[in-house]
Amino acid sequence: MDQSITLHRREFLKTTTGLLTGLVAAGSSLALLAPGRAWAVDLTALSSAEAATLMIVARTIIPHDKLDDAAYALVIQAVDADASNDEKTRQMIQEGIAGLGAGFVGSAESERVEALKKMEASGFFQTMRRKTLQVLYANPIAYAYFGYEGEAFSKGGYLFRGFNDLRWLPEVPLADSGPLPV
Amino acid sequence: MARIDLNDDGAVVIIGSGAGGGTLAHELTRRGIQVVLLEAGKRQSMASFSQVPGEAFQQLTWLDTRTQSGNWGTARDFPGLPAWHCKTVGGTTVHWTASTPRLEPWELRAKSTYGHVPGTSLIDWPISYPELKNYYLLAERRLGVTRRNGMPGLPASNNFKVMHAGAKKLGYKRVHTGHMAINSRSHDGRGFCIQQGFCVQGCKMGAKWSTLYTEIPSAEATGKLDLRIECRAMRIEHGNNGRVNAVVYRDSQGQEQRQKARLVCVAGNGIETPRLLLLSESAKFPQGLANSSDQVGRNYCHQIVGYIWGIFEKPVYSWRGATVAGVVEDEVLNDPQRGFVGGYRIELVALDLPTMPQVGLPYGWGRDFASIMEEYRNIAGLLINGEDMPRSENRITLNPKVKDAFGLPAANVHVDEHPNDQALRKHAQGQMSKMYQALGAKRTFPGPSLPATHNTCTARMSADPRDGVTNGWGQTHDIPNLFISDGSMMSTPGSANPTLTIVALVLRQAEYIGRQMAAGKI
Ligand SMILES: Cc1cc2nc3c(=O)[nH]c(=O)nc-3n(C[C@H](O)[C@H](O)[C@H](O)COP(=O)(O)OP(=O)(O)OC[C@H]3O[C@@H](n4cnc5c(N)ncnc54)[C@H](O)[C@@H]3O)c2cc1C
Ligand code: SF4
Repeated sequence: MDQSITLHRREFLKTTTGLLTGLVAAGSSLALLAPGRAWAVDLTALSSAEAATLMIVARTIIPHDKLDDAAYALVIQAVDADASNDEKTRQMIQEGIAGLGAGFVGSAESERVEALKKMEASGFFQTMRRKTLQVLYANPIAYAYFGYEGEAFSKGGYLFRGFNDLRWLPEVPLADSGPLPV
Repeated sequence: MARIDLNDDGAVVIIGSGAGGGTLAHELTRRGIQVVLLEAGKRQSMASFSQVPGEAFQQLTWLDTRTQSGNWGTARDFPGLPAWHCKTVGGTTVHWTASTPRLEPWELRAKSTYGHVPGTSLIDWPISYPELKNYYLLAERRLGVTRRNGMPGLPASNNFKVMHAGAKKLGYKRVHTGHMAINSRSHDGRGFCIQQGFCVQGCKMGAKWSTLYTEIPSAEATGKLDLRIECRAMRIEHGNNGRVNAVVYRDSQGQEQRQKARLVCVAGNGIETPRLLLLSESAKFPQGLANSSDQVGRNYCHQIVGYIWGIFEKPVYSWRGATVAGVVEDEVLNDPQRGFVGGYRIELVALDLPTMPQVGLPYGWGRDFASIMEEYRNIAGLLINGEDMPRSENRITLNPKVKDAFGLPAANVHVDEHPNDQALRKHAQGQMSKMYQALGAKRTFPGPSLPATHNTCTARMSADPRDGVTNGWGQTHDIPNLFISDGSMMSTPGSANPTLTIVALVLRQAEYIGRQMAAGKI
């Protein structure tokens, strides 16, 4: 839950290198969390243009068209953090971006996929794929989008919140199931 | 809690506080025996378990450097993580999913039942099912296993409803919510399962049995236990008489310490246990301790696992509810007509949203990958748990080139799958896909290979000392006061998840140790 707060707080932070900004689209899943808010992610190693290219890379690797840009921005924020912690990573990312060429950002999805396929074995691509998988689904924006309800202990588990509410199949006979506790 | 002097040579030193070590510590201390329990990890609690999947993984997992080799898929899919188990007080019982079936009688006679299978090192267990049965009964009582001793089954979750309906379409008969070491009602001073589905992150209800909040506090209450956390055993030492007499370890400050011992019991899980024996080589035992047979680390088994996912038209919400509470037992039989020996269980499984794309889905990216994740709500899941074949060359060795943070050679895990393993997996994944297809699944697909979670047989019990490392009590053939007290001592893996068997073997071993100590034999 913290990350969406971080997103807002970062609007006010002084940035050292680049800034990635956007507006939460009305009706998107993020709008439920932060309706009408602009978001911004400050960058410490990458420039705004580089970050914008990485956004397109992440959206090509895992294209969820209706998932808000803010979720992808968290991926870029994580890549930027790695790049600022480790000089080799920064170089690898920046060289990877340069290797995509100027036409990448504006090209059609099929062309972007082709370009990435060609570099699939590279450290740049593998890092971007791994980071996207790690970060894209592990935040409240994604939870809301995919309908995942997450941590349940604080709400008494799913025992009374739908763990057995499926009705499109026959009920399981008690012998193969068990009584509800209490 | 007891404070046992480093020079006190009267205590039993147990290495590892998981299913095996934690249970043994309780069993010995309750018999009045002084125990030093060394645990490499930190101590967590129901309050400190993180419910953020990535954080929980970091909090609990054994992440020391390891290497791997061989043709198994894990080497390709998870190069840095051959196995997944815990480093924390309570060991892997903190994040296990608590499925607790028994082995079948014929599984203890693997070699006699399966006959000669080329390219395997199968043996029969040196103990029979009737000898083990009483201890299964005791273990089931101890763990509060469902569908045993009047403990009701867990109620069916959505994910299980899909499994049950699919299994029935295929004509399967033994389909239920499993024998689980999870309280379906309050028991043993612990609460009941509230179907959180965070079993792998540590059960904040304590509904799931873990030595962390059952056996270990009970052992502490005896006043006979000296639990030393963040203490890493580095080497076991012996005297001129060839008997072990001390354990050298690094304490939480990084200082080397040497604890004298009357008896040493190793319970570090199936990879660290043989590694420690190998690391303890000496002039007298140049191949490592208890290794005159050259069997330490060999015959490594991890059971055949593999996912099948099904995407349905309507929601399943598979993450709601106890993760693995469901089983089909009809394939637990030896029927070579299926094209392989040994059996398998089909178990229920679900993964939380952050973990699913990283561990659950096969390698991929692009539209197809995203389209699967778009259906996350509508995905149901199944997992195989099948018997794998022991092979002499599938083994844990010390990697001379790669060191861990303590400067000790890292464990290398080598696995070449036997054709029988592959045939079993193929059959199981075929059946599981059919279950979902029979219900009209839009799509079914397998997951990647997984890091091994059931590490066994690497210091196995054998009737003939040339075939293994210990006798039927887990006492090493070579050194009478050195015991193996975890899954490493299993002779073959069978198709049951191993932990109930580990606990049963340890309950039996504790009785034996108590008797032998009282008689002054060890
Ligand atoms: C995700 C997951 C799900 C599972 N689900 C099931 C299930 O449903 N059913 C089932 O039967 N089994 C399950 N298992 C397996 C089960 O957890 C193990 O079988 C069981 O915990 C093994 O017990 P053990 O005593 O051998 O080792 P562990 O429980 O792993 O304990 C070993 C302990 O030894 C410590 N240690 C190791 N080396 C040293 C050293 N040198 N010095 C000090 N301490 C050391 C480790 O830190 C660890 O805490 C699961 C495992 C995983 C990973
Ligand atoms: S589902 Fe049950 S066993 Fe699993 S964590 Fe929740 S309460 Fe514990």
